[in-house]
Amino acid sequence: MALDSSQQAFVAFDRVQKSYDGEILVVKDLNLQIAKGEFVTMLGPSGSGKTTCLMMLAGFETATHGDILLDGKPINNIPPHKRGIGMVFQNYALFPHMTVGENLSFPLEVRNIGKSEREKMVMDALDMVQMGEFAGRRPAQLSGGQQQRIALARALVFRPELVLMDEPLGALDKQLREHMQFEIKHLHEKLGVTVVYVTHDQSEALTMSDRVAVFDDGRIQQLAPPDDLYERPENAFVAQFIGENNTLNATVTAINGDTVDVDIDGGMKGTALKVNCDGVGSRTTLSLRPERVRLDHSGVNRTEGKVLELIYLGDHIRCRMAVSGHDDFIVKVPNAGGDHKHLVVGETTQISWEAVDCRALDA
Amino acid sequence: MSDATANGPVLAADGTPLKKSLQRSLRHKKFRALMLIAPLLAFVLVTFVAPIGAMLLRSVENQIVPDTLPRTVVALADWDATSGELPDEAAFAALAADLAEAFDNKTHVKLAIRLNYESPGMTSLFKKTGKAAARRFDPDQPYRQQFIDLRPEWGEVEIWQLLKTYSSRYTNGYFVNAIDMQKTPDGLVMKPDGQRVYMASMLRTLGLTLVITLLCLTIGYPIAFLLANLPMSKANLLMILVLLPFWTSLLVRTSAWKVLLQQQGVVNDVLVWLGVLADDSRLELINNQTGTIITMTHILLPFMILPLYSVMKGIPPYYVRAAKSLGATNWTAFWRVYFPQSIPGIGAGAILVFILSVGYYITPELVGGRSGKFISNWIADFVLKSPNWGLAAALGAILLALVMVLYVLYDKIVGIDNVKLG
Ligand SMILES: Nc1ncnc2c1ncn2[C@@H]1O[C@H](COP(=O)(O)OP(=O)(O)O)[C@@H](O)[C@H]1O
Ligand SMILES: [Mg+2]
Repeated sequence: MALDSSQQAFVAFDRVQKSYDGEILVVKDLNLQIAKGEFVTMLGPSGSGKTTCLMMLAGFETATHGDILLDGKPINNIPPHKRGIGMVFQNYALFPHMTVGENLSFPLEVRNIGKSEREKMVMDALDMVQMGEFAGRRPAQLSGGQQQRIALARALVFRPELVLMDEPLGALDKQLREHMQFEIKHLHEKLGVTVVYVTHDQSEALTMSDRVAVFDDGRIQQLAPPDDLYERPENAFVAQFIGENNTLNATVTAINGDTVDVDIDGGMKGTALKVNCDGVGSRTTLSLRPERVRLDHSGVNRTEGKVLELIYLGDHIRCRMAVSGHDDFIVKVPNAGGDHKHLVVGETTQISWEAVDCRALDA
Repeated sequence: MSDATANGPVLAADGTPLKKSLQRSLRHKKFRALMLIAPLLAFVLVTFVAPIGAMLLRSVENQIVPDTLPRTVVALADWDATSGELPDEAAFAALAADLAEAFDNKTHVKLAIRLNYESPGMTSLFKKTGKAAARRFDPDQPYRQQFIDLRPEWGEVEIWQLLKTYSSRYTNGYFVNAIDMQKTPDGLVMKPDGQRVYMASMLRTLGLTLVITLLCLTIGYPIAFLLANLPMSKANLLMILVLLPFWTSLLVRTSAWKVLLQQQGVVNDVLVWLGVLADDSRLELINNQTGTIITMTHILLPFMILPLYSVMKGIPPYYVRAAKSLGATNWTAFWRVYFPQSIPGIGAGAILVFILSVGYYITPELVGGRSGKFISNWIADFVLKSPNWGLAAALGAILLALVMVLYVLYDKIVGIDNVKLG
């Protein structure tokens, strides 16, 4: 569903910058195209500017520079209430002095929709989130998960084409959060609405999104479908931020087409996939997923590791090793076939990995 | 393990029934709690309950007549006040004896003052008669004739009716007076038109207070809104401006308004200079209701702003944002989402301003003239200038009752739980 031209983009950020105080750019040169019906997540650590981007899209903050386009039209000068964008706030922002029904009725009333039709739309929206019986309750009489559903229903009841959600599940416990992830996902599929979702939880982003934009330092570090993000990170930040990752610092010694030869700090020599590194002599960060490391010498990069710690996690065993001077090298050993039986803390063991699994990224 | 036997009471470790031992330990706790609050309780009783109680008592107390004229009270007990005839000789004799004794004890002056509240002219009548009763009355002659010879008023039935009416130890006379009525042998009747002042003043007090409260709300609401929504530095500056009046003496502020509002004052001068007013039609802005309203609104404004501000500060900005994202215009978002959430602040501010204002004394006294006078000015007059503490107490009690009634009404309509002071 990725886009190749801005022609078909439903939402587009075009070289957008934002500064609150005139000194620091909170958002630096943001370019992002979102297709109609797409579910795009902005993922990033706290303070990376995700909420700011969402607020600019919703109209509560103005872009310092650049254009935001909705359906091809610049919306910089359109006030929030005319943008017709549904929004789910982190703390739900359900109006405390109105019942659930009145909360949902509110966006329809301000659109001058007739009473009978309004009631029907409200009931439909409540049924959609399985909260049909709760129309008469006040928000304070609902649990967190129920409030979350109401907030969702309220953002959807007036049938917006675009819905923004800013960490909507942040206040829920883990189990409920996972459940709601699927519900939101299914609603998205059912309604075909475009969703821009903000979270700092990577598993949430990977579970729900068509594409994920990884934010850091006011920039999109990588914009890709979830599997690409995990398997083909383009820079050290993304590799580190998404999933578990072994980082090895190294220097490039030779370039052979798609691969590079590297001198890993600590003395080991190896081969890695050339992704995002400069020429011979430059520094690079090697990224290697813990589950891609083998406990034998069948791969092209071979070395020894000294076992420092073993943690039993049921389906797999996490083994921390010292490899080529790096003390925090993690290997995940599946708990099958007794692969791990020979691992003893303090002993050394053979390890290896393939060049394609080891990505040479920016230093 | 369990102390419960099949059907007997549960026993504590020492064999006493558990209930008893629980009660004993609770009693101990309660006693300790009571001792802890005892000083506070005593303080409240001495400084709050006792004075108010004493004041309320004064509004019905009438010991002085039966104490000073014990024999007369007894003699008048059988007299039919509606008969239109003077009481018999025995009553005159009793009064002569009472007054003679009172004159010797110097208590007849107090009695004279007390009765003068009810009917003007009593002071001189009783002073004179008291002296005569002690010095000149001849016990062998009929007293009635001697009384009438001394002062012809004693031949009038009304005075005797008055004495009989006020012969009991407690009276509702002050309250009757306070609601512009008077007691006659035929029951309660309204006072003559020209003398009905207290109820009119009470109504005016309520009316002015209402106007002041509404003005405070109208002016205070936008200020509180700004305070709660401006960036920190500007809000702090504004807050200082709001609090500034608190740091200036009330008298200074009131006098400042006098300077501003008088006919040759700053406001009038400016209006004349601007050509809005002709020099000979300067506005009367002070020493009348207008003066009271302007000055009191200014003085009480912070009491409206502060509770409003504290409530508004607690309304998170995302509600209005949510409303706008749902399609509401600025006004709709304010009116349907922000305003309802600020109502507890309106309630708190309004009730605070109203209660402070309804009992205000010094400002109406200074800038109110005749038409801007509050009921508390009457009360103060009766305490300080022409002492009639009974009437002052009765007016005060009515004011207190009125405020409490309004409070209850307010609770019924708005709900006191909806009020938030901080
Ligand atoms: N209203 C504001 N005024 C000034 N700075 C702000 C404001 N909102 C956010 N910021 C700053 O902008 C940066 C990005 O914030 P935000 O967009 O909320 O990040 P995120 O949602 O990714 O956690 C932060 O450094 C934050 O301090
Ligand atoms: Mg945020």
